[in-house]
Amino acid sequence: MIVSNIEIIPGKRITKHLGMVQGNTVRTKHLGRDIMAGLKNIVGGELVGYTELLNDARQEATDRMIEQAKSIGANAVLNVRFSTSSVSAGAAELFVYGTAVVVD
Amino acid sequence: MELVPLLVLTIIGYLSGSIIERRHFRSIRERESQLIGILTFSAKLPPAEDFDKQSVLVTGNVVISVDYFKHISAALRNLIGGRVVAYETLMDRARREAILRMKTDAKEKGASQIFNVKLETSSISKGGANQIGSVEVFAYGTGLI
Repeated sequence: MIVSNIEIIPGKRITKHLGMVQGNTVRTKHLGRDIMAGLKNIVGGELVGYTELLNDARQEATDRMIEQAKSIGANAVLNVRFSTSSVSAGAAELFVYGTAVVVD
Repeated sequence: MELVPLLVLTIIGYLSGSIIERRHFRSIRERESQLIGILTFSAKLPPAEDFDKQSVLVTGNVVISVDYFKHISAALRNLIGGRVVAYETLMDRARREAILRMKTDAKEKGASQIFNVKLETSSISKGGANQIGSVEVFAYGTGLI
């Protein structure tokens, strides 16, 4: 499965467009991380726990998108976009979408 | 008497925050010169002569917290207006770090050029009174192998 955020795949020909595919996940942080982040808020620096959390969440959203693309018979997803929105205080939705295609 | 803990937190925030920030900028500059060979472009498509290469999605993200001093100095700035330098450096650090992580990812995957680089910024808490103040930057693009 080729995933790319440009509209073409260099050197390959798109033979079929299969429409949009998407994947999402809503995640919230747990209390332990929240307390650590509260302390970090005083001294500053990177919130490693949150970085990992969001990274994992994005990976999962991408996996779901790829799963959907596979199920409709695509072998590549092009023009992929990531988007983040906060659903409520403390919960974030990570959303990824793209165009499923078949390439040679 | 409310003022004492506030002052203590501000001083702690200033001292640790500026040490962490200085260290972070130093490490950013070092890694930027190490990864200078990996080229990033905001152009959408690679030039036609690169069309025989393989493409792969590369990503990098980082969440950076404010410190208490930044929080207070931004709050004071809010009264008189103008540049909030404390937050400018925070955003600068976050963006450069995210781009560096994307470049590192590209290096691991064997790519030497990244096209259509997009940067997405989101604040995890919207600056509420008892909320965690932090910013996330996510960088992604298409690496050519």
